[in-house]
Amino acid sequence: MKEIVTANYAIAEAVKQAVPGVIAAYPITPQTEIVERIAQYVARGELACDYIPVESEHSAMAACIGASAAGVRTFTATSSQGLLYMHEMLHWAAGARLPVVMANVNRAVGPPWNVWADHTDALSQRDTGWLQVYVATAQEAYDTTLMAFRIAEDKEVLLPVMVNLDGFLLSHTMQDLETVEPGSFIPPLHLPHAIDPAHPAAYAPLTGPKDYYRFRWEMEKSMRAARRVITRVEKDFAGRFGRRYGVTEEYRCEDADILVVAMGTLAREAEVAVDRLRAEGTRAGVMRLRWFRPFPTLDLTGREVVVIDRDYSFGFGGVLARSLCSAARIEPFSVIAGLGGQEVTYEDIASFVRERRPGEEYWFGVKGDV
Amino acid sequence: MKGRKPAGERKERRKKQRERLAISKPKKGASGKTGAWRTFRPVIDPEKCSKCGLCSLYCPEGVISEDLKIDYDFCKGCGICANECPKKAIRMEREER
Repeated sequence: MKEIVTANYAIAEAVKQAVPGVIAAYPITPQTEIVERIAQYVARGELACDYIPVESEHSAMAACIGASAAGVRTFTATSSQGLLYMHEMLHWAAGARLPVVMANVNRAVGPPWNVWADHTDALSQRDTGWLQVYVATAQEAYDTTLMAFRIAEDKEVLLPVMVNLDGFLLSHTMQDLETVEPGSFIPPLHLPHAIDPAHPAAYAPLTGPKDYYRFRWEMEKSMRAARRVITRVEKDFAGRFGRRYGVTEEYRCEDADILVVAMGTLAREAEVAVDRLRAEGTRAGVMRLRWFRPFPTLDLTGREVVVIDRDYSFGFGGVLARSLCSAARIEPFSVIAGLGGQEVTYEDIASFVRERRPGEEYWFGVKGDV
Repeated sequence: MKGRKPAGERKERRKKQRERLAISKPKKGASGKTGAWRTFRPVIDPEKCSKCGLCSLYCPEGVISEDLKIDYDFCKGCGICANECPKKAIRMEREER
């Protein structure tokens, strides 16, 4: 069925179809409509699920952890400061190997206060053991949320998944959405280490220096296995419903000399910039990175790369640019643009490519040398 | 669809999956004799005690038995029992060691 909805509503729709047993959430702009819509489904009896309106995001994640440990499918959504307030519990969900699925509507971190799109919130949580995916359309937000449950709950993974979408640019923008009947695509959850009252035990108790590292290594093994699982699940999704995604989405990259690499909506905007550049005779392409954790293996040899970061790691650089430096061994032109919803047009992106200086960092809008 | 794996192999797989998470079976003294952590020792005065059992109910370590005997091998001396006692029949005495 075709609908015209915001990405927030698209995610709520996907969650309804995945039928979690417990949803615990606290509202925050620009995520509110996701949990508001889900609360409506529950109130109207359209979704049979326990909806726990908690007093904070820390409690929301704690409630999801408790329910998930009992082997129940869980979901929550948050944004920015709310995500940061969850930080301790994010480590707990991943370390306890619980397949919680969460939507995070990317919003700038204060102060100064700002509710617009920025990736620093999610990227600052990159070492918590969560899988992270960044989407760029309402349709992709919907499809990816359905796949997130399947990937998180896969026995080879059993790690939580964070679906990231740009605040307002996606969360509040109406786009077309084609819903599906997931059917057997998301099978019932069977958590191998679910709490069993018949066999009482302590879960994730004090673990000494002789054993602790083993559980960390288990997490990393699962992260590595997740690369295979993501590909498998996306292939199954494409076979059933016809829409194909990948670890990256490439636009006019085959013969490109210059690649623009970015995440989220900026990378879609860059496609228009690339068309302009091609018309001028510059062979450019766009590589939109979807999965940030696990970080993909990319071959960018022989190409110039312009990375746009809608985030920053103070005292170091753009998170995506620096990640590509180390993972793909390249020296890109690193552009910091779009922070806190800063307006970045396709013409701006085209000019980043025209005026690129490989190996340097450039803050869009800042006058003089940076 | 692959064929079903033999039972032994399935059991081994399940065991491996459980090993991803540290899980310990409860047993007495799994963390050693925690009584050694105690600074104050709760002492019940049988004259004042009405045997209501609230101390046993509130004890977070489960070291006060039904007949209200305290297991000093594991009592950490938190003092919750003394605080909850409606008859003020539990004294917290400083350990001498």
